[in-house]
Amino acid sequence: MIHSQQEKGIMTPGYRLLTLLSAMLAAGCNSSPAPPQGSAGGATSSARPFTVGFLGALTGNFASSGKDTLDGFTLYLEQIDHTAGGRTIAVIVEDTAGAPNTALAKARKLVEQDEVDILVGPTLANEGSALRDYVDRANAPTLFPSVSSDDITQRARTPWIIRPGWTSSQPAHAFGRWLYDQGKRRAATIAFDYAFGWESVGGFQQTFEEAGGKVIQKIWTPQTTSDFAPYFPQIRKDVDAVVVAQSGGNAIRFLQQWQEFGLKGTYPLYGLAATTDEAVLKSMGDEAVGVVTVLHWSAALRTPAAREFVQSFKEQFNNAPGYRAEGGYVTAQIIADALERTDGDPGVGKALIDALRDVTISGAPRGPISFDEYGGVIENVYIRRVDRIDGELQNTVIATLPDVSQFWTYDPETFLSNPVYSRDHPGCANCQ
Amino acid sequence: MPGLSLLGLLLIPAFLGSYPVFVLTSVLIFAIFAMSLDILIGYLGYTSFGHAAFFGVGAYAAVIGALRLGQSFWSSTLLALAAVVLVAVVFGAIALRTAGLPFIMITLALAQALWGLAHRWASVTGGDNGLAAAMRPEVPFVGHLESSHAYYYFVLAVFVAVVAALSLLVRSPFGLSWRGIRDSEIRMQMVGYHTWLHKYVAYITSAFFGGLAGILNASLTGFVSPDTLTIGNSATAILMVILGGPGTLVGAALGAGVIVVMRDIVSSVTERWTLVLGFTYVVTVMFIPGGLMGLFGRLMMRIDSAAPLRAGRPSAR
Repeated sequence: MIHSQQEKGIMTPGYRLLTLLSAMLAAGCNSSPAPPQGSAGGATSSARPFTVGFLGALTGNFASSGKDTLDGFTLYLEQIDHTAGGRTIAVIVEDTAGAPNTALAKARKLVEQDEVDILVGPTLANEGSALRDYVDRANAPTLFPSVSSDDITQRARTPWIIRPGWTSSQPAHAFGRWLYDQGKRRAATIAFDYAFGWESVGGFQQTFEEAGGKVIQKIWTPQTTSDFAPYFPQIRKDVDAVVVAQSGGNAIRFLQQWQEFGLKGTYPLYGLAATTDEAVLKSMGDEAVGVVTVLHWSAALRTPAAREFVQSFKEQFNNAPGYRAEGGYVTAQIIADALERTDGDPGVGKALIDALRDVTISGAPRGPISFDEYGGVIENVYIRRVDRIDGELQNTVIATLPDVSQFWTYDPETFLSNPVYSRDHPGCANCQ
Repeated sequence: MPGLSLLGLLLIPAFLGSYPVFVLTSVLIFAIFAMSLDILIGYLGYTSFGHAAFFGVGAYAAVIGALRLGQSFWSSTLLALAAVVLVAVVFGAIALRTAGLPFIMITLALAQALWGLAHRWASVTGGDNGLAAAMRPEVPFVGHLESSHAYYYFVLAVFVAVVAALSLLVRSPFGLSWRGIRDSEIRMQMVGYHTWLHKYVAYITSAFFGGLAGILNASLTGFVSPDTLTIGNSATAILMVILGGPGTLVGAALGAGVIVVMRDIVSSVTERWTLVLGFTYVVTVMFIPGGLMGLFGRLMMRIDSAAPLRAGRPSAR
């Protein structure tokens, strides 16, 4: 029974329906996986396509995030005609619906039934934590293009996961030091009350206070908050910077209300995490102009690689790519690079994940990237200011902090002996 | 008919790979979850919009027992069932002061409170990231049920036991009193039943089996997150019951099968699987009010009445 493995590129739904039907017919008489194509008995692994199992939230509340990653991933594969190192790259796309249970079921399908060479995904942090133990046990090489929860490449690291995306506290570490260098000394934070917010704020506080600054107030807003009005009056008057970490619709509402309440001119506002990511920036207005944020990517980067990527993404999808789209694109670049350097035969399992860890890319849209031994990415971090250029909002890069590791400047083992950033760590010694 | 289904459930997995068996295990677990809710919706006539609370409490308590207290599968299961019953005793006392729409709202609110707790009490629950723990059962003479197939048969055994227990229960005089309450609570009170107590026991029973499903699911996936406690999970259970046909138990299990297969298998074929699912609901609600079991029942009746004519012998009853 020969099926899905020969299809080149992303499979169309129609084709997959046929595949499924045939697979169902086959399942009754033969549960063994499809043999690779090729009549010769001695066919090597390079005779069949290199198969990627893509996991993303393509339906449900987070569908736009999952699709962004998939769009970026697909765009690069189309640019190289689904071939690298002489080997065809096939992709099987699976929808996780943004649910950990489904993400896990789909990961099993891709690994155990489709026998993909590598998994790429998922979209959400809790899907990522659900997958972590499974891929570790199943010895399944996995690339995380967008999930950023710290411990995936830190205290809960596994040799089977490499993260081309980022680590939540990574840009925040760089930002704490940078903000201190701008002469700021007293900061308040206002962030969503779950791991993404804690890790962003924790990373910022760590380096800001180490440099000599003080975080004098930390406000946590529930993830379901749609009205920030109750929190604004709490902000202390004696701060010289307010640092916000929000994302998605919350980020849009936060900045709108910030302006409506007349706070825009009163406090200098800075943003962590994805507060002004291109995915939400397109829905923002003048209230966002002037806000300074930090991330490992900006669609306004002027490097040739970034401009080429942004231009082709805009042509195809009509908007500027955010960090999730760029993460998908870079993940595809990394796979292609590993195939190129091994003439299309990077091996499977352990050999494959080791080949991927050795990848360094100098021409990624976000700049040069490489990996540390924990599977975390070493990448530039950009300080960006929202400007309106030719009528459109963009994240103008005003400073570049090169080659930032997930451990900032700390010794990894010392860093890892501390608990992960949370609501209580680091504590707020300077809050009253 | 039940014998044939059981034979199918016993034999078919032997021919399937580990992934289809994983999905089938999910089907059985959600079937238990949906059947437990059917006690309330189908037999008692109380629609709970917060059944995920028990699924989640079971899952969290079991994982916390295994991970933080270092307990075996069996003792964390006992611990988790105790936790579920405790929560149900409290929630039932609050929610059963109401009926109808207020009951829906209160059960929803209570489940949301637990969702918030799981989300924010990160030092215990792991917060949004959830908790992972390998907690497959250790069975004497068989060993650790690591493989998909071994765990499937374990869940199948539990499933059969649950179906048997619930079927006996709803046919018992005590279970019949629930249907009496559903049809006319005031008459039941008139003939001397302490209806509140009967409802309370139904609520706790329903919670117990819902929690059991949560424990089995945590053991299947080795993971728990606030996702288990969402409105979405509660709603899915309701839809399973309605799709299959409330008040039939087996219907809820069928509904669970349809929905899990849509979610895990049809979604591989088309991104529009939610559309297919929505369409299925609309058709069910508009044209087959008794759900799949209603349709099935009518079909069986037709076959039964046709059979003697065709076969020339009275139908075997």
